Parts: sequence; C-alpha cells; structure tokens
Amino acid sequence: MPEPLIYDLGAPGRTGVGMPAPDVPLADLPAGLVRENLPLPELGELEALRHLTRLSQLNHSILTGFYPLGSCTMKYNPIVNEETARLGGFAHAHPLQPAEMMQGSLAVMYHLQEWLKEIGGFAAVSLQPAAGAQGELAGVLMIRAYHASRGETQRNKVLIPDSAHGTNPATSAMSGYRVVEIPSDARGNLDLEALKAECDDTLAALMLTNPNTLGLFEEQVQEAIEAVHAAGGLVYGDGANMNALLGIARPGDLGVDVLHYNLHKTFTTPHGGGGPGSGPVGVAAHLADFLPGPIVGIEEEGSEEMGPVYGWHQPPKSIGRLKAFHGQFGMHVRAFTYILMQGAEGLRSVAEHAVLNGNYLRVKLQGAYKVPYDRVCMHEVVLEGRWADAPDIHALDIAKRLMDFGFHPPTNYFPLIVREALMIEPTETESKEVLDAFVDAMLKIAEEAHTTPELLQQAPHTTKYGRMDEVKAARQLVLCCEIPKEVAVSE
Amino acid sequence: MTFVPHTDSDRQQMLEAIGVKSIADLFSAVPQKFRFPKLNLPAPLTEMEALGELKGIADANESADDLVSFLGAGAYHHYIPAGVDSILRRGEYYTAYTPYQPEISQGTLQAIFEYQSLIVALTGMEVSNASHYDGATALAEAVNMSRAIHRGARNKVILSPGIHPQYRAVVHTYEDGGDLQFVGEDLDLSAGPDALIDLIDEQTGLVCVAYPDFFGRVYDYTKLAEAAHAKGALLAVSANPTALGLLKPPGEMGADIVTGEGQPLGIPLSFGGPYLGILTTRNQYVRQIAGRLVGETVDNRGQRGFVLTLSTREQHIKREKASSNICTNQGLMMLAATTYLSLLGKSGLRQVAESCFHKAHYAAVEISKLKGFGLKFKDAFFHEFVIESPIPAAELNLRLLERGIIGGYDLGNDYKGMQNCVLLAVTELNSKEEIDYLVETLAEVAHA
Repeated sequence: MPEPLIYDLGAPGRTGVGMPAPDVPLADLPAGLVRENLPLPELGELEALRHLTRLSQLNHSILTGFYPLGSCTMKYNPIVNEETARLGGFAHAHPLQPAEMMQGSLAVMYHLQEWLKEIGGFAAVSLQPAAGAQGELAGVLMIRAYHASRGETQRNKVLIPDSAHGTNPATSAMSGYRVVEIPSDARGNLDLEALKAECDDTLAALMLTNPNTLGLFEEQVQEAIEAVHAAGGLVYGDGANMNALLGIARPGDLGVDVLHYNLHKTFTTPHGGGGPGSGPVGVAAHLADFLPGPIVGIEEEGSEEMGPVYGWHQPPKSIGRLKAFHGQFGMHVRAFTYILMQGAEGLRSVAEHAVLNGNYLRVKLQGAYKVPYDRVCMHEVVLEGRWADAPDIHALDIAKRLMDFGFHPPTNYFPLIVREALMIEPTETESKEVLDAFVDAMLKIAEEAHTTPELLQQAPHTTKYGRMDEVKAARQLVLCCEIPKEVAVSE
Repeated sequence: MTFVPHTDSDRQQMLEAIGVKSIADLFSAVPQKFRFPKLNLPAPLTEMEALGELKGIADANESADDLVSFLGAGAYHHYIPAGVDSILRRGEYYTAYTPYQPEISQGTLQAIFEYQSLIVALTGMEVSNASHYDGATALAEAVNMSRAIHRGARNKVILSPGIHPQYRAVVHTYEDGGDLQFVGEDLDLSAGPDALIDLIDEQTGLVCVAYPDFFGRVYDYTKLAEAAHAKGALLAVSANPTALGLLKPPGEMGADIVTGEGQPLGIPLSFGGPYLGILTTRNQYVRQIAGRLVGETVDNRGQRGFVLTLSTREQHIKREKASSNICTNQGLMMLAATTYLSLLGKSGLRQVAESCFHKAHYAAVEISKLKGFGLKFKDAFFHEFVIESPIPAAELNLRLLERGIIGGYDLGNDYKGMQNCVLLAVTELNSKEEIDYLVETLAEVAHA
C-alpha cells in the first residue's frame, strides 16, 4: 500500500503546530489584496511527522547502506558536522548583520578559504558558488572576464573532453562560448594531438576533469596544460574528483588556473537528497581579482592576546555576485569541521584509501566484467555492463538487480564514451567487508546474466517498489497533487 | 579523527589482491615532482576537540538569538516548529542523493512531489520545480527561461528597482555579456508598478517585480500582467512565501513565472544559506523551466510512484543546448519547507502571516508618532517598512546596538539619497514588548 499523498491526509479544521495570536492591536488588512483561498492541507502534528518519517523509510541512503554512485563521492557524513552547523551562534546569524558582530562566521569562512587554497594550490578562493555547477559558471565567467580585460575577445571556444560531465558544455554555452569536443585516446586520456590542433588564438579555455570520469589520472596532464597556456588559453579544473587528489597532487601546481570544489563530495557535507551543494572556486594569482565576491579578508592583523579582525573584501574586477548573501554558509561550517578533524595526514589518508578501494574493486570485478581502460585507476572504476554472450542484458538490469542485494547501484550510462557504463566509486569510508559483499553480489549477477537473465530484467524484486514507467511520467505529466479549489480560508 | 575503517591487515590483503607493494605505488601516474605535497594545515582534532573549537567560534558571533532583531531584507527570523529539524535529521533523507534510482528513492521523490504541490498551492501557479539554489538565482533562471520561451527574440528585460539589490546583482552576473538589455532599475522608487507599464514595448520579453518588494510594499500586479501580455511579454514575480499565507497569490494576478526565497518556510537564518529557491510557472512553459521536476507514474506492480521527469530539458542529456547548467536542487531545504507547511497547514501559515502583518503595522504606527520619524512610503505593506530617521541610518543602528537591538537594513548602502532610511522587518517572533522597547529606544537615541 503506497504512502498516501499529503493532500489525501488530514481533515478540514485540523491543525498541526498552532501559533500565538498577535499581542498587538489589529490593523486593517489591505483591501483587495487578501487571498480568498489558501489551499494548504490540514494535518495534525503526529499525522504530518508520521507521514514524512514513513516516506524517509523508502529511501536508500549512506546511513542505511553502501552507495557506490560514481562521480558523487557518497562517503560518510560525520554526524558532528550536523551539530556544529546548528550551533546557535551560526544558525541564528543574520547575513546582513555587520561584520564586527559576525567575527565567528567570518573566521570560519576565512580559514576555509585558506585551507582550500592550500589543498588545491591556489592563490585565492571564493566560497560563494552554491553548487558545483555554479562554481563552474563562476570559473568560466572569470575566464571570459580575464580574456576581455586583455582585449582578447576573439577567444570564443572552450574545449571539453568527450568524457566530461554535461554541466561543462552547458556552463560554457550559458557563458556564450562555442563548445569543441575533444576525443579520448585508447588509454582513456585526453587525445593530446586532437587538443593541440585546437590550440589557437580563438581558444578561451580547456575544461578538464582530473582524474577524469573514467576514474583515470590524465597521464599527459602537464603537456595538455602547457599546450593550452602556450596558445593563451586557460585551464578550468572540474573538482568533482578531488577526493582522489587530497594530499596527492595539487591542481594549482599542475597548472590549473581555476577549479571548483564540491564540498558535498570531497568535504563530507551531506548530499541532502539532491542538495544543497556548495561549490567554492580556487584560482591562480592572475584570476584572483575576478573572483565572485565579497570574500573574507583580514582587516587588522591579530596580536598575541587578540585574534585578527575579519572583514568583507570585494575583488577589484569581480564578476559580481552569484548568489544572495554569502554562499551556502551552513555547508562551510560542516566542511570546516571536517578538515579540522582531518589535518594534512588525514586528508592524504582519505585519498589513499579512496584509491585503494577503487583499485580493489577493479581487480576483483575484472574478468567477470570488462574494464575498458585497464590500468591502475584512482577513486573509481568504470566497467562495461554487457556481455557478447548475454546480448539482452543491459547496465540498467545490473543496476536494478543490485538493489535486491541491498546496494545502491553505481552511476550508469555515464561516461558516455563507455558502452553500458557502470561507474563505481566506493569511497574511503567503506570497509573491506562491505566491498567483498558488493563484489560477491556483482559476481553473482554476472553469472545470473548468463543463466537466468530474466532475474535481472525483472529486477528489483525485493524492494518496496518495482521499475517505474518513466515514459508514462513524461507523456502524461502529473507534476503536483490535485489542489482543492473553492475552499474558503478557515477563520 | 579518521573515518577510514581499514586495519593494517585489510590494507595488506587489498594491496596483494591489486598486485602492488604499497599504496604509494597506486599514484605513479601523478607527475613525480608534484606528488605528495606537504600541506600546511592545523593538526587534526578529535570529535570532542573539534566540537569545542567550533562552539568557541560560534560564540564569537552576536546572533539574532542573543539580541532583539528587526533586520530582514531578504532573510527572516521566524519560529521553526521542533518537528522540522526532527525530519531533516533523518539520515535516510540527508545522506541520500538525487533520486536517480526511483525504486529506492520514493521518500525523496514523493517529498519533492508534495513540495511541488504545496508551492503550486501557495503561489497560485501550475508547475513548480523541485527547487533552486535561492531566491536570487531563481530570479536569474526566470530571465533565462524567458529568453528560451521567446527563442532569443525580444532582448529587453524590465527590472523593477523594488527587487532586492542583491537579486538584481545576481541577474547581472548571469546575463551581462549576453544579448539582453536591462531597463527600469533607475525608476523613481515612489512611482509604483504603473511606471513599469510605460517601459513595456514590442521588444520586451520579461517584466520582473517583487511581492512584497524590497521595501515591504505590496501591489496588485494584475494590470501590469495585462499590460505585459498585451505586448507579448511575460511577468515574473519574486514573492515572499510567508506573505502568500495572507495575500492574493501572484498566480491570480496573471504572473507567468513566480520565484521566491523559501527561507522563511522553516529554514534557519544560518548567515545567508543554505536557503531555498522557489521557481514556478504555467503549464505551457513547463519545458522551459530549469532544474529537476518530479512526476507521478506507476511501477511494474501497479503501484503509484514518482520519478524525475522531462530530463530531456537538462544538461546531462542536452549538454551545451540546455538552457541551464543546474544539476541539483536544494533537496534538504525543500524538505524543510515541505515539513514546515505540513505542520502549519492552512490555518497555521495564515496565523503566521497575520501575526507578522499586525505586528509590523503596530510598529510602523508607533514609530511614525515619534518626533522626527516618518514612514518613507504611503503604500500598503506586509511585514517590512521603511522609516526615515532624523539621523543617518548607520548612526541610528550603532546606537540601537548599544542597547541590544539589531536595527533594520541601512538603505543608504544601495540607494542614493536614502542615508537616513532604515528598512525594518517585524515577524511573529517580535513580541509587543520588544516593539515597544524599539520605539522607546528610537525616541531616546535619535535625539541623544
């Protein structure tokens, strides 16, 4: 029995949380502007909370099971982060209070900026972008502003590898750039010759994800970056896969000019069922003046007794604001807490174990599954979910069957350059026992694909819901409950 | 404090399986001269130490909780029922991701579907997306949507000067350098919506207004919508959802797109984020709306269920042809708003809205009785209003603060000639006693 919809619950006149009557004389409501109908549901408090609790139980989550969703870094989100972000001094801080009253918030932001600079090898950081995609937008807008400031407005194209996330081309197009796709070579690297052929004076930037979405470190990253720089272009680093690089290599050292971090991937802020993310951008010195602002700076140096005084600082050639106020501050507090608990050694250990786990799955699954680019991987491994001798089985069937074993499926059908791709990112917070259980399930499924393919094609079997009719959803659009009309506001 | 569960023996077995001697051997593809940089970060803390450290830092803030606050200007101090956080704390919600696999994500999917429904009901519109980053970026997406709806024709966008200055700044960041021309921001602030009508022409694609506007004023935009439609333009309204508990929804005025900042719906101030972008439209524009949408369907067992739908609009399918690059929503904040609206319901939200309205009007009446003070505008308002003070707003706020009051927003920051103007917000959390204390203190400090 599916959980009822909120508009099918409650009863007319029922109230949940009541609010006190105004303790002031009543004013006249504005004539002609008062709404006649407020068609919200009427539930009791228990009824509402029971409904939302029951719904939660229909979710797979990191706290309830393994979640190897490639490219999303579904690692453990420390519970203490939830405590620190809710501390009264942070949770009740108004964003427009004067900086002098908000030295705690500014200190968190300042140190997080500094730490992200250190971790990525950059000269400056802005915490403003709301998510990775907005960090990308910030980066590409900065690149455009940089070229314009040098009078090089003829630079109108952005190079993007065919393995890249869809946000890369979408962002470039939003910023008015023409997108040129660069193929990958047989080892899963960016095709260097194809790249060099596009390096001319119309080149604005290369958008590079490293490790790339095949989970592989770009073996010719330095040559690629040098070629772009030699042509006067800049390199945008997509930081989606930073979890593999913490303490291993700094993108700024490799020559990346601007990179966004995903605090919700690398730095354990929760994914929240699809957000909020947080996508700070780090830049090399020549882009620092273009950062979205304001950012936090030191107004007065501290002394032995007193800490420094922090204040807002607008970069002189800033591309402007990307968001009202100061970014996803609650996520800054969580990331700050996490880095504080890790330190330099802890972060390196994170990347090392993420990569150890990725390679362990690679070798354990190799053979039963085809690994199209067969070399040491980084934090994730991409397999093909298909066999010549089981032609009716697709990556989707494998993904759905995994649910019967209690696992969240890997990312599937991405990257686009691998047929029937299964992209598996275990993360460092999963133990060997969990990985072994996952491997057992994957091997069992590979066997079933050949012996009892219908088991996969009909999967999942043990979940509360079966496969959904996505075509019906798109063709007969129902995007909200039936909202009751003609209901007068109860007084 | 490590969250890595590996024992030495695990590591050994895993390295053997992989066929390398050490973990460092896994990184040979990284250029040697850049491999394993020494990071200069503070020494790691345990959970206990980290929590202590963070408590100390949080205490360095003087927050709205410690003082009496009348500061709003786009972020509002409201009562959040205890039930809201009990739902947000459920790991099943906050440690899940985008519901790509509907069979095991029905909790998030149905919650989004219900959020979409509640927002449709509140705004009087027909379609809501699964949420956007915040009120400012939702408005920027409205501009993108309008361009997509007009297929690049009509390059003029009218921005009311009554839209939050930071929202307008975000629209400019998104659009400057493109082909759109923005007009209207320099109009006389007293002119009202009729002055916007005069700017609408055949080149106009979109008219953007706020409801209430940045100064708290409320207008019926029905005539403005008609005037826009008569010339083939669209109307976007950036609305405050608390106000919609009491006031006529923009959908009834003929708006084509309604955006808004959902923070007042159960989301703490949290120094400006994470908040919640509301983005809604008419059925006819559903294919141009940005962001995730959840639709109803059935599973192969005949049960009603929900899926992400119309994803052919989005970046992972359309890549450079997508109208937006957004690939998330504000999932957890969407859940906060859903829980808040479910707990308050029809009567509770109306009570909150009325309480804000009456308290703000009481404050405005009492302040305007003070010598040297007056209301800047005569128009109807909701829970925010502008007072003109006999001394500069910055000075006034400093003196209020000395007496434990966070004053209003200093409009001199953004508007020429308004150095003496303060934008005050009053919500259900401000008691009559607090308001009386404000009035008393204003009288005292203005003539000190």
